[in-house]
Amino acid sequence: MQKEILGNIHSLESMGTVDGPGIRLVVFLQGCPMRCQYCHNPDTWEYKDNKKISVKNVIEKYYNVKEFLKNGGITVTGGEPLSQIGFVTELFKQAKKENIHTALDTSGILFNPENTTKIDGLLKYTDLVLLDIKHINNEEHIKLTGFPNTNILEFAKYLSAINKPVWIRHVVIPTITYNTVYLKELGRFLAQLNNIKALDLLPYHTMAISKYENLKIEYPLKDVPAPKKEEIMDARFKIFRAYKEAKKLG
Amino acid sequence: MAMATVDRISNKMEFKSGKWQQEINVRDFIQKNYTLYEGNADFLANPTQATIKLWEECCELFKKEREKGGVLDMDTNIVSTITSHGAGYINKNLEKVVGLQTDAPLKRSMQPFGGIRMAESSCKAYGYQIEPEVSEIFAKYRKTHNQGVFDCYTPEMKAARHAAILTGLPDAYGRGRIIGDYRRIALYGIDRLIEDKKEQHASIDGEMTAEKLQLKEELAEQIRALYEIAELGRIYGFDITKPAQNAKEAIQWLYFGYLAAVKEQNGAAMSIGRTSTFLDIYIERDLKNGVITEEEAQEMVDHFIMKLRLIKFARTPEYNSLFSGDPTWVTETIGGVGVDGRPLVTKNSFRYLHTLENLGTSPEPNLTVLWSTRLPQNFKEYCARISIATSSVQYENDDLMRVTHGDDYAIACCVSSMVVGKEMQFFGARANLAKCLLYAINGGVDERLKEQIGPKYAPITSEYLDFDEVMEKYDTMMEWLAGLYVNTLNVIHYMHDKYCYERAQMALHDKEVKRYFATGIAGLSVVADSLSAIKHAKVKTIRDENGIVVDYEVEGDFPKYGNDDDRVDNLAVDLVKRFMNKIRKHHTYRNSIPTMSILTITSNVVYGKKTGNTPDGRKAGVPMAPGANPMHKRDTHGAVASLASVAKLPFSDAQDGISNTFSIIPNALGKDEIFMGDLEFDFDCGCCEDTIE
Repeated sequence: MQKEILGNIHSLESMGTVDGPGIRLVVFLQGCPMRCQYCHNPDTWEYKDNKKISVKNVIEKYYNVKEFLKNGGITVTGGEPLSQIGFVTELFKQAKKENIHTALDTSGILFNPENTTKIDGLLKYTDLVLLDIKHINNEEHIKLTGFPNTNILEFAKYLSAINKPVWIRHVVIPTITYNTVYLKELGRFLAQLNNIKALDLLPYHTMAISKYENLKIEYPLKDVPAPKKEEIMDARFKIFRAYKEAKKLG
Repeated sequence: MAMATVDRISNKMEFKSGKWQQEINVRDFIQKNYTLYEGNADFLANPTQATIKLWEECCELFKKEREKGGVLDMDTNIVSTITSHGAGYINKNLEKVVGLQTDAPLKRSMQPFGGIRMAESSCKAYGYQIEPEVSEIFAKYRKTHNQGVFDCYTPEMKAARHAAILTGLPDAYGRGRIIGDYRRIALYGIDRLIEDKKEQHASIDGEMTAEKLQLKEELAEQIRALYEIAELGRIYGFDITKPAQNAKEAIQWLYFGYLAAVKEQNGAAMSIGRTSTFLDIYIERDLKNGVITEEEAQEMVDHFIMKLRLIKFARTPEYNSLFSGDPTWVTETIGGVGVDGRPLVTKNSFRYLHTLENLGTSPEPNLTVLWSTRLPQNFKEYCARISIATSSVQYENDDLMRVTHGDDYAIACCVSSMVVGKEMQFFGARANLAKCLLYAINGGVDERLKEQIGPKYAPITSEYLDFDEVMEKYDTMMEWLAGLYVNTLNVIHYMHDKYCYERAQMALHDKEVKRYFATGIAGLSVVADSLSAIKHAKVKTIRDENGIVVDYEVEGDFPKYGNDDDRVDNLAVDLVKRFMNKIRKHHTYRNSIPTMSILTITSNVVYGKKTGNTPDGRKAGVPMAPGANPMHKRDTHGAVASLASVAKLPFSDAQDGISNTFSIIPNALGKDEIFMGDLEFDFDCGCCEDTIE
């Protein structure tokens, strides 16, 4: 008999209201290759053994709180969910058997355009991808995360090609992503895609600073303030206008 | 032609007929006549100039009250009865609804029938002194509830009270939690109610048993109270002996009934019932007939709610510390769904909530929405809006309670449900189950007082606590506690009926009322976690020089209540069932039906102060979690898991209510309109630009 794959999780959130449609059970996996400067979950970075959980157990947890989950489902986030693609695939496969909506919240960093067998196996059971584009400019992306964005953008195009519904998530950070040039560039990039169901702009916030202090990790964005609400509006407007113009030019 | 017009108007005036005309049956009147409102809140009116002015005057008085240390003025010579005072006003020219507890706003009335000493010390605490003559009357000639109770308390009862394993007992103050059906006065007028009560009184004849005599005497008291309520109306210039003819009268008649109640009872909770939809029938008729405008309707409601905000009682600082403030629990129950499936939401449901916008936020009256999945969407959205803006709305599960109580029940205090005019309860405060666990471990010795309070059972002598041994001893100790608790309440309620009977409120009830014997427990999550620690981790006892366990060391981790984990949640469920079943074994006063609540909303702080270290690692004096809440910061799996743990508690064994105090930062509830990345957001529809600009 095949050995059961266990998920290595950071935690479970039984009332996730911001990671996908409706109220959702959110599974935070432990471990991420990236080190985004603004990351608000630095406690999920390390690939260390934390809490192990079986697919069956997650589904049980879902049913325990199902009464509260309106129009929701299960979201897997992290950490980086694609680090544990075997577990996530099993989980989503089981969830779809039970007709539970599945959302994958990923940076796409582990996407390999040369070999999509594994990811295809997962996407088959994934209803929605929340794709987090950290920065549209490659050099800035490297500065911000330590990695180029090449494969991430490839992943976005790939999802469009297979027509998988996607929410684009993008953190608006003053001085880093909140920059007219980059916002327009992002809008133009998105115009190449045909599968975008929503643009989910996330205002950068400083609430994670205490986590960094607890973990004794230097917080890189100490001097960056949280954006104002108007700035988020403005960012959305700029992305959207560039998107429209690009679409029109076709 | 003129005749025809008159006829049409009078036709419009008619209420739909029904059983309510043959018998006292307010529910039937409501069901036959109310107008369901499924629209939105756009119809609501702003406060009138009179409302703004009047409320400013009230706010000025509240300010003065605070500046004077919490009490503006106190009555020290007039014993408050329904008719004890002349008319009092805030500003007579502006008030659309009139009537105060005494002759001036915020002047606290003197109510010594619960206990003269409590009345004296309430005055003393604020620098007042009750007239010696009044003190003498109640010391020498007129016995109080408090004296009656202490005449019959056993030494064991006194000890349990002293050690605070039984706490907050209503033995020195009014028990409250009784809701008169104040709507009856508006619908029927006092005369008809007296006629009805006289028939009831006459119907008790034959062999006079003690029970019969008690009821007959009470009915006579009720009739007397009804006459006095009519007199109260006359004091303010109204004849309320006949049914109210319009909305203004309906509100006024109803309010006089409530005013009579609070003039005679300073109960722990003096709730008003379920009045909004009833009154909407009158308002709707007046609006249709063009007698009033929406502004005037809102003005009346605003002024009525304002009056409820002014309700105050003379209480001691100790009482206030138990309840964390000066609450009156003027709970008004709004919304819900009828047994026929029609929501009981009317425009007046909106108007009541709208007072929080017109007058600003306020904890009183305690506006409580009976929530159902079947409430109209517009009403749900308005509730959410008002909650976000004011944090002043309480919610209760109508879908759960309707099964037991039908569709004309109301909430007394915070969670106690009862059918209006047909059910009442004997409020019974709480037994401290956390302390009971410590007694089980220490063989009945109180961990703080180091005195033998409970029975001298064999204590636990081992260094490490063994789950089975603890459970066995805990079960026996709970058996003792349940018996003593019920018996103590029997004494209290017998004496309250005898010396501090709620004649005005009970006059607005049926003859045969269903009585609930409402017990309560404190410390549920402390005990559940303690038992879980004993079962799933290792708990070492730390003893003082006399061998009494005074502290605990927990080695290892254990499942904690509030994380949707059956290993510990089942311990909590078992505890509720177990204690309730022990309560059920005992005789209860007046054949009342035993119930239980898990609802310490504020007193958990005081109970925590009086409870030593517990095996879950909680330190002595640290507050217990409120109601059925998980202990602070021990629920780590998100809100729904926390709620799911609470939701496992069986309502059938905690029928007097289960409370869960819940706060959440707005951002955790979802994205707001600007940040919304909703699926509806369609890049290709070409219609989004407006929403973005």
